[in-house]
Amino acid sequence: MKPIRLITAVAAVGLLALAGCGNGGTNTPAPGGGLKPPDRQKLAALGAGEGQVNVIAWAGYVENGTNDPKVDWVTGFEKSTGCKVNVKLGATSDEMVTLMKTGDYDTVSASGDASLRLIYGGDVAPVNTDLIPNYKDVFDGLKNKSWNSVDGVAYGVPHGRGANLLMYRTDVVKPAPTSWGAVFDANSPHKGKVTAYDSPIYIADAALYLMKTKPDLNIKNPYALDDTQFQASVDLLKQQNAIIGEYWSDYTKEIQSFKSGDSVLGTTWQVITNLAQADKAPVEAILPSEGATGWSDTWMISDKAKHPNCAYMWMNHIISPDANAAVAEYFGEAPSNKLACAKTADKNHCATFHADDEAYFSQVWYWTTPIEQCLDGRTNVKCKDYSAWTQAWTTIKG
Amino acid sequence: MSAVSTMDRSPGGASPESATAGGPVRRFASWLHRHGWVRLGVLLSAPMAWLVVAYLGSLAVLLVSSFWTVNSFTGDLVREPTLENFRTIFAEPVYRNVAIRSVGVAVAVTVIDILIALPMAFFMAKVASPRVRAWLVIAILTPLWASYLVKAYSWRVMLGNGGPVDWLLGGPGRGPGYGLPATILVLAYLWLPFMILPIYAGLDRLPNSMLEASADLGGRAGRTFRSVVLPMIVPAVIAGSIFTFSLSLGDYIAVQIVGGKTQLIGNLVYANIGTANNLPFAAALATIPVLIMVGYLAAVRRSGALDQL
Repeated sequence: MKPIRLITAVAAVGLLALAGCGNGGTNTPAPGGGLKPPDRQKLAALGAGEGQVNVIAWAGYVENGTNDPKVDWVTGFEKSTGCKVNVKLGATSDEMVTLMKTGDYDTVSASGDASLRLIYGGDVAPVNTDLIPNYKDVFDGLKNKSWNSVDGVAYGVPHGRGANLLMYRTDVVKPAPTSWGAVFDANSPHKGKVTAYDSPIYIADAALYLMKTKPDLNIKNPYALDDTQFQASVDLLKQQNAIIGEYWSDYTKEIQSFKSGDSVLGTTWQVITNLAQADKAPVEAILPSEGATGWSDTWMISDKAKHPNCAYMWMNHIISPDANAAVAEYFGEAPSNKLACAKTADKNHCATFHADDEAYFSQVWYWTTPIEQCLDGRTNVKCKDYSAWTQAWTTIKG
Repeated sequence: MSAVSTMDRSPGGASPESATAGGPVRRFASWLHRHGWVRLGVLLSAPMAWLVVAYLGSLAVLLVSSFWTVNSFTGDLVREPTLENFRTIFAEPVYRNVAIRSVGVAVAVTVIDILIALPMAFFMAKVASPRVRAWLVIAILTPLWASYLVKAYSWRVMLGNGGPVDWLLGGPGRGPGYGLPATILVLAYLWLPFMILPIYAGLDRLPNSMLEASADLGGRAGRTFRSVVLPMIVPAVIAGSIFTFSLSLGDYIAVQIVGGKTQLIGNLVYANIGTANNLPFAAALATIPVLIMVGYLAAVRRSGALDQL
């Protein structure tokens, strides 16, 4: 009996200690009708650099030559501004949100499924674009969008964008697919060799397909789903689960699967297709007729930034034609700066990634955090929020 | 306690002048000498602190945080106790299915490892010459030095379409491919040394004379194994099974690499920490394997096997 009493005592002590430090959290506005981001001030004027800047970024976004001596767009910035760049890589959008909440970081390269959460959490401040000279050269198709601004107030500078494509093995999948229907077909001849992106945000891919094929569901935006629409998307994905071989989130894993033929059909990024083709895998990627989901990343500044001037200089630098071209080429996405297209080593880069092809990107629904307040403007229903998406994703995988 | 109390009592009548003669250190030492329980407490405080704070403390934190929730939009912790997480786990059949699947994998891995380890360990302990035995022990231990990830990824290549396993079974697509069987196979491979070594140690302690006595009395191999060997090594098998069972129950990496679309409890915990940023729900999920292991250990204790370890 003794050990049990000890455990109980320890648990009780722990409980008391935790109860004591509870209730310290700040009250954040619950998502719902009439949602307004907390009031945050933007920087009025640029001052001298503070000597350093703390950055949260996706792998491949901030390269100072340590990974590959030829890949370096940071050292020059450090020399010319005197701002030393300290990088913390974020593995997921959620990790980035968590890190930004600490207040130890000045700026972050947030994807659309993180940016709104940062804005409404009050963790980031609006950006004074007048202090960022390169902002004027950013493609108009990227400015003041729903994932990087609220009511016309910019909360960041666009970094680059890409689409989630449909990749297939040319030697196995015949005829070549033209529609997402190929990965949602319950009687697919490629049963067990279909792959899909392993994230709750993939539910939007199903919603996008239903938006085009089931008009009576009346889906206007794949990130704004009411109960019926959401259930239809989840059902479609549950049906798809039967033909899935594996889900991927690690891109090296997907390259290997397509090379060996364990996967022959499924979602991908342009950079993955390029790498697989470089490895002599017979693969091709298309933008299906329904359009696609995609990402558009935004550099945002922390409301508690300790080095705001260096952060502004960094945001200006990373969207400068040279740096923007270098990062877009290294990561494999479309740059955000018009002038970057002339600076890429591969002169076809902007054409390959459709950088200035607004018609192409008009078919792309960028990742956006689903919230209760429907993003398509409906006010008579409540939409499913991201936590509902997360829970549903678990049930889909079964 | 008895040893301490005798020490406590015997110096009680010691001459007081010896204590006052020395300095404060000496006085303190003799005070400690007279108060055995204090001395014991000071001696054990460091390991006890480790056990209580780092080990049980983290379990307590886990338990407490599983009653919290997270603001779904901003990701902030909401520190108000609620049963919401556990309600979700019980209401959604998917969590029950995943828990049952995880236990099934752990049981399958344990059974496979026992079946492979018993003859292997018996050969090592009773048949092989000392020289061969040393080499076999090395052969079993060396894979433990290689990185877990390297081993798991090499199995991914082996099990891939047209990989070695496929060819062994007669051509591309004949092998198990990625999925639940592949997960069980890889986990059984990964944890095999943890089963062989305790059984080997148990058999090593089994005197050869007992086997000879059984043979002299007319016992055949099967009877000797059932009536002599098995009862002697049950504690060793159970010790090994605690390792393989708990390691399999908590694993989430091997299944990500070779499991195809399979998810186990570990994956759900990881997904809720990593992608969903829902620590309280992850904590609630993590209590499932803890409860299963507590139940397993209680059953083992009831069987009396732990006393013989």
